[in-house]
Amino acid sequence: MEMLLDILSWILLASGSFFCLTGALGLLRFPDFFTRIHATGITDTMGAGLILIGLMLQASNWIVFAKLFIILLFSLLAAATACHAMAKAAIKSGLKPQTKDNREIEPEEQPSKP
Amino acid sequence: MGDLFAVVMLSGIYSLLSAALFLDLHAVDVAFTEASVGAGISTLLFLATLKLVPRYDKKSRYKPALALGVVVVTGALLIYGTLDMPHFGKADAPVHEHVAPRYLNESMDEIGIPNVVTSVLASYRGFDTLGEVVVIFTAGIGVMSLLRISRQAKKEAKSKTPADMQQQVILRVVAKMMIPLILIFALYVQFHGDYSPGGGFQAGVIFAAGIILYTMLFGLSTAQLVFKRKVLELFTAIGVFLYAGVGFVCLFMGGNFLDYDVLRHDPVHGQHLGILLVELGVGITVASVMMTIFFKFTWRTVKHKYNQ
Repeated sequence: MEMLLDILSWILLASGSFFCLTGALGLLRFPDFFTRIHATGITDTMGAGLILIGLMLQASNWIVFAKLFIILLFSLLAAATACHAMAKAAIKSGLKPQTKDNREIEPEEQPSKP
Repeated sequence: MGDLFAVVMLSGIYSLLSAALFLDLHAVDVAFTEASVGAGISTLLFLATLKLVPRYDKKSRYKPALALGVVVVTGALLIYGTLDMPHFGKADAPVHEHVAPRYLNESMDEIGIPNVVTSVLASYRGFDTLGEVVVIFTAGIGVMSLLRISRQAKKEAKSKTPADMQQQVILRVVAKMMIPLILIFALYVQFHGDYSPGGGFQAGVIFAAGIILYTMLFGLSTAQLVFKRKVLELFTAIGVFLYAGVGFVCLFMGGNFLDYDVLRHDPVHGQHLGILLVELGVGITVASVMMTIFFKFTWRTVKHKYNQ
């Protein structure tokens, strides 16, 4: 049982770290603002979420477990909502997502940094 | 760096990193304060200011070579000065020999609360903390007198304060779920500060952050139905008054200023009561000053929008 929990928790921690890394990579390498906040969204929800679940399996007593669970709920809610708010604000202020059609026509108009 | 928005974000990140550093040094209370004040509310207030001023810094024409030289020389002198200091963490350093051992050893008997930081902050060093609260109070008064709102602008803003964020269903629903929890957490931090990291400063800031989130979503006029300007200004003073008042009550009951031993028959109970009241005073002042500053900036933005 102990062994099984440990293995499961390690798998979760490792995959969580993997998603954090891919999120960071995406933030640096993706072409425009919307794809980039998608990448940060992955970091906050999948990455941090899996790491927190992995840590919950390692929790020594129930109060640590409960605290980690509350942090998990909070981060899931807050991170996803923050991404949504940013995307909405960007759309509202006139930033268009980069698509196949407008990529060739106006490459200079896309800001290189968000 | 010309982009002020990036500067604000970088300073927030810097605060968050130093909070992590403090946590690593086991200074949990300091880390909590840094995270909530430095990374949280100051970033927010800076952003509120950025709405009033242009985002990009003007190119300055003067070359700050002399200033750079002065800064480098001063920094080098300061570093030279630290060479004489005892090594970090050395047991016989003066800072560990003066009052710190007494606080650590006697705190449980004299004050009777588990969190030594709170007992040092609110009881042993109560006078210093009173000074800190007065500093915040003064800052609040400064902002209040600088950013005065004319009656006409107020009327205009009241008639058409934009609450356009209210149409955003997802934000509204999530915020409605989180704001009560934020406020409860603030109260927990406030009143559990004797037993766990936290206290008036952090609690006040968290409480203000919850209300500011509400203001951003539902508009200033809605928020000011509850937190009226006059009430907030009054509460700014009430916090300091409560803190100093506890000190004077101690004087009248035959003790020293802010010497809570005399408040109750049992000195330890007196200390508990004194710390609770003093921390409450801190929390009230901090929360209302933060809210006042944010409201003032927002009024200003609204006024800006409609005067154009």
